Amino acid sequence: MLDAGENTKKMTIIVTKGTLDWAYPPFILGTTAAAMDVEVTMFFTFYGLQLLKKDLDLKVSTLGNPAMQMPMGGMHMSMPNIMPMIPGVDRMTTTMMKNLIKKKGVASIEELREAAVESDIKIIGCQMTLDLFELDRKDMIDEMEIGGAATWMEEAAKSDINLYI
Amino acid sequence: MADQVLDAKGLNCPLPILKTKKAIKGMASGQVLQVMATDPGSIADMTAFCNQTGNELMSQSNEGDVYTFEIKVS
Repeated sequence: MLDAGENTKKMTIIVTKGTLDWAYPPFILGTTAAAMDVEVTMFFTFYGLQLLKKDLDLKVSTLGNPAMQMPMGGMHMSMPNIMPMIPGVDRMTTTMMKNLIKKKGVASIEELREAAVESDIKIIGCQMTLDLFELDRKDMIDEMEIGGAATWMEEAAKSDINLYI
Repeated sequence: MADQVLDAKGLNCPLPILKTKKAIKGMASGQVLQVMATDPGSIADMTAFCNQTGNELMSQSNEGDVYTFEIKVS
């Protein structure tokens, strides 16, 4: 546990996206901040709430993302927007991404989320999102606390760093 | 001479930092942790980590692709 002394820095992150690629920035920044003695709160809302499901099945899509260029045989391959509309293409891209992650020694999201829990990051799931998308509390990780915009606001007002991802 | 050695070779950001923190947590003040990493970003990151957490970065060196850090636990 952190000693919540007066000099302890605090940070909040609003996590709004639930794809494999977008799952990385909040978890990397959150766990690193916690490792550097920052007290972290992560507020998961809208698609970001998917990242708190017990069983993660995250995917990545090249649709609308011309910046996504996968390294391949020394070259870089980007995909025209028509491609991810073909059944199976997103699945293939996801598999490619996951292989790349493993090969490069990059942590999995499961691993980073476990590190977040271990380092006492406060994890808040948005009640409204649970209702809106009919998500079941039982399907979400046990460490998730439930809250709303005001819950985040209270933490944010006391924090040195507030990020929206 | 290090009290504990952490092999973070082959791991990418932020794993070397997370594992360093975990190792330091189990160590006593004044003990020395040696970390070996292959992530070139760890040079800047390990310095920043020590600056922020108050642990002392005693030395850093590299041999080939391996970067070695010695951290004295605060």
